[in-house]
Amino acid sequence: MKTSKVDKKTYYRGVAMVPYDLLKEVAFAMIGVLGFVLLLSAVLSSPDVPSVTLQSWSKADPVDFLTTASGELSGSTVVASYGPPYNSGSGSVQSWGPLNLQQWAGVHIPINAPDDFVLEPLTQTTAGDAALASALTTYEGASSSQQQKWLANYTTGLGTATVGADGTVNVPSGDNGPVSLLMDRMLTLARSGGLDALLLTSNHFYQTDFSRPLLFLDDGGYIADLATQQKLDGDDWGVMNETGRYPGQAWLWLYTMWYQIPPFNSDTGFLGISAANTDLAVVGVMLLLTALLLLVPFIPGLRDIPRWIPVHKLIWRRHYAEMRRQAAAEAAKAP
Amino acid sequence: MSDDVASDAFDQTTTGAESVADDETGWTASVRRRVEKTLPIAELLPTKQPAYVGSWVYVFGVVTIAALFWVVLSGVVLAFFGSAWWHVSSIGHFFNSIHFWSVQMFFIFMVLHLWGQFWGAGWRDGRAKTWMIGVVIFTVSIGTAFTGYVIQQNFDSQWIAINAKDAINSTGVGGLFNALNFGQMYGLHVMLFPIGVTLLVVLHIIQVRAKGVVRPIDDPMQVTP
Repeated sequence: MKTSKVDKKTYYRGVAMVPYDLLKEVAFAMIGVLGFVLLLSAVLSSPDVPSVTLQSWSKADPVDFLTTASGELSGSTVVASYGPPYNSGSGSVQSWGPLNLQQWAGVHIPINAPDDFVLEPLTQTTAGDAALASALTTYEGASSSQQQKWLANYTTGLGTATVGADGTVNVPSGDNGPVSLLMDRMLTLARSGGLDALLLTSNHFYQTDFSRPLLFLDDGGYIADLATQQKLDGDDWGVMNETGRYPGQAWLWLYTMWYQIPPFNSDTGFLGISAANTDLAVVGVMLLLTALLLLVPFIPGLRDIPRWIPVHKLIWRRHYAEMRRQAAAEAAKAP
Repeated sequence: MSDDVASDAFDQTTTGAESVADDETGWTASVRRRVEKTLPIAELLPTKQPAYVGSWVYVFGVVTIAALFWVVLSGVVLAFFGSAWWHVSSIGHFFNSIHFWSVQMFFIFMVLHLWGQFWGAGWRDGRAKTWMIGVVIFTVSIGTAFTGYVIQQNFDSQWIAINAKDAINSTGVGGLFNALNFGQMYGLHVMLFPIGVTLLVVLHIIQVRAKGVVRPIDDPMQVTP
């Protein structure tokens, strides 16, 4: 008969049974854990660093904001050429050999950086602003090469821009076409808080999808700088950390560890795995390891590790000691 | 009504409250028969246990469940008052702290329980299903915690979401599971994932109670059935 098929009575034959109060144990565990949690909560509290808004970003670092906004308009940001699920670009598409899940899945959250992040929000604020309406008309009527020329000149000017006491950015004049005015209005819109709302706008009254404002923020350098200050960069074990000195998602340590070592963080790579497709590779490795953990009972060698490394001698040390004592007593009784 | 019919209708020997008879048919009877066989009350609420269970390793299972209870209860309070409440109320912040530390305790205890079961090879003697459900609980819990982190509505949630999106997108499921979509993450975190974890934990406990605690490795007292 297989051991797995025997009833519990047969399975426990020969086993010494002791009194046990399950509900008392559960109650004590509940009270004990609650006491410990209340103590930690009262003494250590919990982290809550305020979120970044487009408004706070444009006030704290207006040049970075304008650099990002002009980058969105020129289509030169990460998101502008990201690829699926946002658009048909390929800048952030990861594949491994012929395996290209990201490309195969296609575009499901369409993002057109120039339109969604700059032109559309500005178009919605043209009421009473003839100069803005005119600038938009000029920009949209120009050829693509002309638009890029204006944007390139503007970006060059941003490199030597100065920030006034009132937060306005003075970009040296040049052949910027309507871009200077468009960016000026973008900064004003962001500083007023209007851009935060406009990037959430859809056909519905209620909004819960923050994809567009978060992607815009991600294209800038401001939020990354704040993350660096909080030691939340990938080099600092990234998302498993928490702001402040609090424990974060420590259970992601193994997942995060792969990002710190070759070939996952190398440019040259190994077996097609490198920094260029590190996310896909790490997720793949973790799925494989999870499957192994799940199937441990059926994998020879893996399931034998507990027998080879006798930690169980420690777990059941009292039981084994009792067995040895009984064996010694039996031996002593033997003639 | 004949006397025979009346006596059948009021037959006090078959009230339906006792164990279902072997010859009784129907869906209800067969489910009851299965439940009574798999998990009789003596197994569900035992008053005795094997002496070898007297080890600290076994405490980690029950304290994991205790931590989960406080995670869910504090989560219910946070959900009731709305997602922004804990940022503007000191009482709300305290409940968030309870939720935060309960989650930390839950994972610490769960990992210790997992390691304890690994080194004791808890999957032996027909307990592979119990082990596998446990591993699934661990992975679903990670998903639950992740959705919780991205709905905090603070800097941490912003940073985690914009970093995690790249890993999720690389697998092709970014359009289906969008970490930047607060509404989707909130629904998953307060409803679907907790229900999943709780049901799986109940199933795990039923397995443990029905099968009993696995015997020590190379138990010299093991009686071959």
